[in-house]
Amino acid sequence: MADMKVLFAGVEFKNPVLTASGTFGFGREYAEYFDLSELGGICVKGLTAKPRNGNPAPRIAETPMGMLNAVGLQNPGVDAFIRTELPFLRAFGTRIVANISGESVEEYAEMAEKLSGSGVDIIEVNVSCPNVRAGGMQFGTDPAAVSEVTRAVKKRSDVPVLVKLSPNVTDIAEIARAAEGAGADAVSLINTLLGMRIDVNTRRPVLANNTGGLSGAAILPIAVRMVWQVKNAVKIPILGMGGIFSGEDAAEMLLAGASLVAVGTASLTYPNAAISVRDGLADYLNTHKIGSVTELSGGIILN
Amino acid sequence: MPVQSIFTISNMRPLAPGVFSMTFDAPEIARAAKPGQFVHIKCGHSRPLRRPISVCDVRGDMLTVVFEVRGAGTRWLASRAVGRKADILGPLGRGFDEPDGKMLLVGGGLGVAPLLFAASRSPGVATAVLGFRSRENAILINEFEGVCEDVFTVTDDGSRGLRGTATSPLAELLRSGKYTSILACGPRAMLSATAELASAHGVYCEVSLEERMGCGVGACLVCACATRDHGEDKMSRVCKDGPVFDSREVVW
Ligand SMILES: Cc1cc2nc3c(=O)[nH]c(=O)nc-3n(C[C@H](O)[C@H](O)[C@H](O)COP(=O)(O)OP(=O)(O)OC[C@H]3O[C@@H](n4cnc5c(N)ncnc54)[C@H](O)[C@@H]3O)c2cc1C
Ligand SMILES: Cc1cc2nc3c(=O)[nH]c(=O)nc-3n(C[C@H](O)[C@H](O)[C@H](O)COP(=O)(O)O)c2cc1C
Ligand code: FES
Repeated sequence: MADMKVLFAGVEFKNPVLTASGTFGFGREYAEYFDLSELGGICVKGLTAKPRNGNPAPRIAETPMGMLNAVGLQNPGVDAFIRTELPFLRAFGTRIVANISGESVEEYAEMAEKLSGSGVDIIEVNVSCPNVRAGGMQFGTDPAAVSEVTRAVKKRSDVPVLVKLSPNVTDIAEIARAAEGAGADAVSLINTLLGMRIDVNTRRPVLANNTGGLSGAAILPIAVRMVWQVKNAVKIPILGMGGIFSGEDAAEMLLAGASLVAVGTASLTYPNAAISVRDGLADYLNTHKIGSVTELSGGIILN
Repeated sequence: MPVQSIFTISNMRPLAPGVFSMTFDAPEIARAAKPGQFVHIKCGHSRPLRRPISVCDVRGDMLTVVFEVRGAGTRWLASRAVGRKADILGPLGRGFDEPDGKMLLVGGGLGVAPLLFAASRSPGVATAVLGFRSRENAILINEFEGVCEDVFTVTDDGSRGLRGTATSPLAELLRSGKYTSILACGPRAMLSATAELASAHGVYCEVSLEERMGCGVGACLVCACATRDHGEDKMSRVCKDGPVFDSREVVW
């Protein structure tokens, strides 16, 4: 049996498969389908300083092998998360990654301070949400803003800081370097790609928000390419995601340079997707007689 | 407990143009399903989003749904032959409360499907008002007649039963004072009109809402709708907190 343990930014993960933020709520619903302690970790729904109701419906549209979402960061706020959700999650002995979005640099920093010492294992700084007006992607597409947010969060956080990068940029490596330069312990990528669908009968966009974030199998090759580019640009470890549905998809992401992977949209299709990805990855390692999953990371052989 | 698995299509028949009844040999889901709950059906490899369809009937291990071809997903489902497999997740959501006493069922179009399941759970006590566009769209009337005390059919053009909408006969029926609850499923305008009449007559009313869905289990928040709980506005999930809601909780 291959060793699935990964040491990532100083935190030990029992296996490299996490669930992606926004696709797994705060874990409660999926606890009906499998034992959450089987997961490497859980990235919780994006948190904001105050509760948010999100965008009007429709918030979802199907695309070939993918989907658009425009949830708009509906969440109960960071305080309610710490009070009512975190104690439930902590009981499972899996790593908890708190995903945060701020409308200002100060808001990011305040949330990081609240979450420090709350029992979360890592803070994931979302500077890449395409579905909100203030905050989100507006930070993540500007290297200077990424570095400012990262530095502010690092200063107030006593747990490792992961910066979640937007694919909606010309050069993702440049953004990754900005995060690394400002002290990020790791980066995660990719968030969703900005997309749009139009109902040709009504001539209106399908989403009430007009545009939304593209995720799912359709984006896997883009995510793999971006992970590979970032791997070549920075030394900090990478949590790779985007379109992972199978153990082999996860292996591809690891070969490109990720140390951990997250499963997002696949959980919407198959509630136990993250577990089948983990099992499929273990099978892959065993079939290829690879002793430890860490040997796979960055193992791409270029042409 | 909901399950996700592959089940065999054991029967299928057309009910009206573009409307099909499909039965699956799905013991785990059939035995757990309650009226008002839905199943989430994967419609082909290239479509990651499952389609929510209400449970219409349950007999032993057999689970029946009734659906209309609306777009690519339901078209794919309608093209599946008996004996083929389908990937189904369910039963999902909060169904009807199945209250005691005389029930008034109000259904519009395909919305009649989950009401048949509710009626067959307490045979002989329900009155059903079923609204359709026209006589060729009218479905499941015989089935309702088999399990209801009374059935009223209404069509927009008067080609079958009364002319009007499903809410047309409601005021008069409610004046009898014999109904203790209303269960309604159909277009949103029909639901809000029903809710208004229910509140005017002081009758408890449950409505089944529709929203586009992702996960179907309450985790992704794409199916959010505004509700009111003890005077406080909040966001609910149609897939998990619903699809059935107390009509007083819905922000219309
Ligand atoms: C709780 C619930 C129960 C339902 N029960 C029934 C039923 O018993 N019989 C029936 O015929 N229909 C029912 N519907 C509606 C049914 O889900 C849609 O008609 C179906 O999803 C359309 O899929 P499509 O691929 O054919 O259409 P497309 O328009 O190609 O679908 C594109 C996307 O939009 C979604 N979508 C489109 N219309 C609707 C809609 N009205 N509601 C929710 N999602 C939609 C699809 O699921 C898909 O994700 C129900 C909906 C809900 C929410
Ligand atoms: C419905 C939905 C909600 C999401 N919400 C968030 C969020 O709150 N914060 C965040 O950082 N990413 C969010 N994402 C992005 C995912 O975490 C992930 O980066 C992206 O979907 C790509 O992975 P996938 O193709 O496996 O889904 C969301 C994605 C979806 C589909
Ligand atoms: S569809 Fe995911 S929360 Fe309702």
